[in-house]
Amino acid sequence: MSILVGRDTRLVVQGFTGKEGTFHSEQMIEYGTNVVGGVTPGKGGSSHLGRPVFNSVRDAVEKEGANTSVIFVPPPFAADAIIEAAEAGIGVIVCITEGIPVRDMLPAYHYVQNKGARLVGPNCPGVLTPGQAKVGIMPGMIFSEGPVGVVSRSGTLTYEAVDQLTRRGLGQTTAVGIGGDPVIGTRFVDALQLFEADGATEAVVMIGEIGGTAEEEAAEFIRTMSKPVFSFIAGATAPPGRRMGHAGAIIAGGKGTAEEKFAALEAAGATVVRNPADIGETVARHLGQAV
Amino acid sequence: MKLHEYQAKDVLSKYGVVTQPGIVAETPDEAVAAAEKLQAETGTNVWVIKAQIHAGGRGKGGGVKLAKSLDEVREKADAILGMQLKTHQTGPEGQLVRKVLVAGDVYEDGAKEYYIGVTLDRATSMNVIMASTEGGVEIEEVAAHTPEKILKVWVDPTIGLRAYQVTDLVNRLGLTGDVAKEARRFVSALYKTYEASDASLAEINPLLVTPSGKVLAVDGKISLDDNAAFRQADLMALRDVHEESPFEVEASSYGLNYVKLDGNVGCMVNGAGLAMGTMDIIKLAGGEPANFLDVGGAANPQTVEAGFRIILKDPNVKAILVNIFGGIVRCDRVAAGIIEAAKNVNIPVPLIVRLQGTNAEEAMEMLKASGVKMETAILLKEAAEKVSEALA
Repeated sequence: MSILVGRDTRLVVQGFTGKEGTFHSEQMIEYGTNVVGGVTPGKGGSSHLGRPVFNSVRDAVEKEGANTSVIFVPPPFAADAIIEAAEAGIGVIVCITEGIPVRDMLPAYHYVQNKGARLVGPNCPGVLTPGQAKVGIMPGMIFSEGPVGVVSRSGTLTYEAVDQLTRRGLGQTTAVGIGGDPVIGTRFVDALQLFEADGATEAVVMIGEIGGTAEEEAAEFIRTMSKPVFSFIAGATAPPGRRMGHAGAIIAGGKGTAEEKFAALEAAGATVVRNPADIGETVARHLGQAV
Repeated sequence: MKLHEYQAKDVLSKYGVVTQPGIVAETPDEAVAAAEKLQAETGTNVWVIKAQIHAGGRGKGGGVKLAKSLDEVREKADAILGMQLKTHQTGPEGQLVRKVLVAGDVYEDGAKEYYIGVTLDRATSMNVIMASTEGGVEIEEVAAHTPEKILKVWVDPTIGLRAYQVTDLVNRLGLTGDVAKEARRFVSALYKTYEASDASLAEINPLLVTPSGKVLAVDGKISLDDNAAFRQADLMALRDVHEESPFEVEASSYGLNYVKLDGNVGCMVNGAGLAMGTMDIIKLAGGEPANFLDVGGAANPQTVEAGFRIILKDPNVKAILVNIFGGIVRCDRVAAGIIEAAKNVNIPVPLIVRLQGTNAEEAMEMLKASGVKMETAILLKEAAEKVSEALA
């Protein structure tokens, strides 16, 4: 079992023949992901990395039964790529592109919602289900199969957490990078709902950061969850009013501090991890494994 | 990116928002000339001299003064220009004032101050217009103490702002008759400015409504979405690098994301989340982070070298922690970059390098064999312990 991506994933890569798209498609294929083809408008009918190239997502859906897409399209065109995928009937759309203007993301977000599709990202490392499918840019070799779901706003901090888990013999069901932008398709609460419903997931690691109220919203859902949640929030030392790399990582008007988020999560019954070096150890201790 | 008040008012005017008349000046002479011009155009005999810095709270810090004669315009402009203006947003060192906005006085007896702003509501992924009858004070204060006094209108991005929403908002602010008509025009134009300029914030505080029926922006604040820079060249040209830390400007020229902080341990990390996490670890290890620095995915010799140079410009730095999680980018390549950079830059403080991920062990061997003086770690915990030792 897993969430969002797995053995049934039939992946189409949007922005397939570009530099980023080519490099990461190779890695995804090597990992064993079922990449059924790619889209580069104007190059339809050709072949790339041994997979067919289509002019549109619709063609990839009709000819190859694509049900998932991953987007490596440059920022000015990426919101359009999201809308195109949803319109073509793609169920899970993972957008890696960083730097999409908010004005473009707002209609794309609502269009995808209204279509009943699911968007992950943008500005995210993607989704990886160990041993089944890697959709995005996460480094496959640090993952292992097991019972822990991972959801995070950050890329390398996700890898850090996964690595700590794997080193302690704690594998993962699925890791979801939801992205660091202010407008994202899948929020913490959405991923937590999926993990709660997933039969194989026994515990969830949630890695948040300063800015916004997504962690507080997640805390409300955590109250109702049957599975333990472990959470670290990055940015306890970040000053207010300064953007910390991610467009969404900013304490604005005194709101969105790590302390507020830790407090909300603790009150909701989550196990709060204040030192990012202790994530693996804390989960292992609670799941009754040798430390 | 933030705009100055005078720049924001220019942009707002372009989209039909009525603003207080004003002219920007860089010297007392220019300020007097501006005051004379405003007098000729509007008949005003009272002027407001406003410091143009990006931080808020200018009035309380002494950066906004009333002048009742041309002599006073010169005197006040002279006092404000060149001052190191300190507000709650500038930090203790303050911000040098290089420009003032000379504005004509627009207040009348019975005039009332309102607040109106547009921003993104992340919880709903919609833009929200916020308005309040409690203008002229900090809106965060109003939100904290009397949230019911902030009216909100959410804009569905698939259909845009509707006329009835604007009408309803103006009604709820208690405005009627001709002034309501003016206010509706104002709200629509403000929203248009926000959308067309790819703003992340467009705020008018105070918005002045006068008994003679005028509705106008006395102040104006606009922040822009940096992601839209590719299509907002005109607005991006308004960037004022004087308002940014020179270290940060230099870092961005190398594609580094650097934010200067007040601590004693510098850090260089790949990825924004891990960079924040590393700052937090430094604090838990007994230090204080001197900076946020995300070197991004590449971490090549050039960017690492630039990172070291920028970190070391801060005299408070007593140690440097490099924390790279090599996923797609292999650790041995990163190690080669660090060795080359460390040989080119004299690093006079303890250097701790933590590399984890693909080929981490080989990378450790390379670092140890390089002859460059540094402590190394594979686990984050070890790196934190070595930071503590370096500070002890």
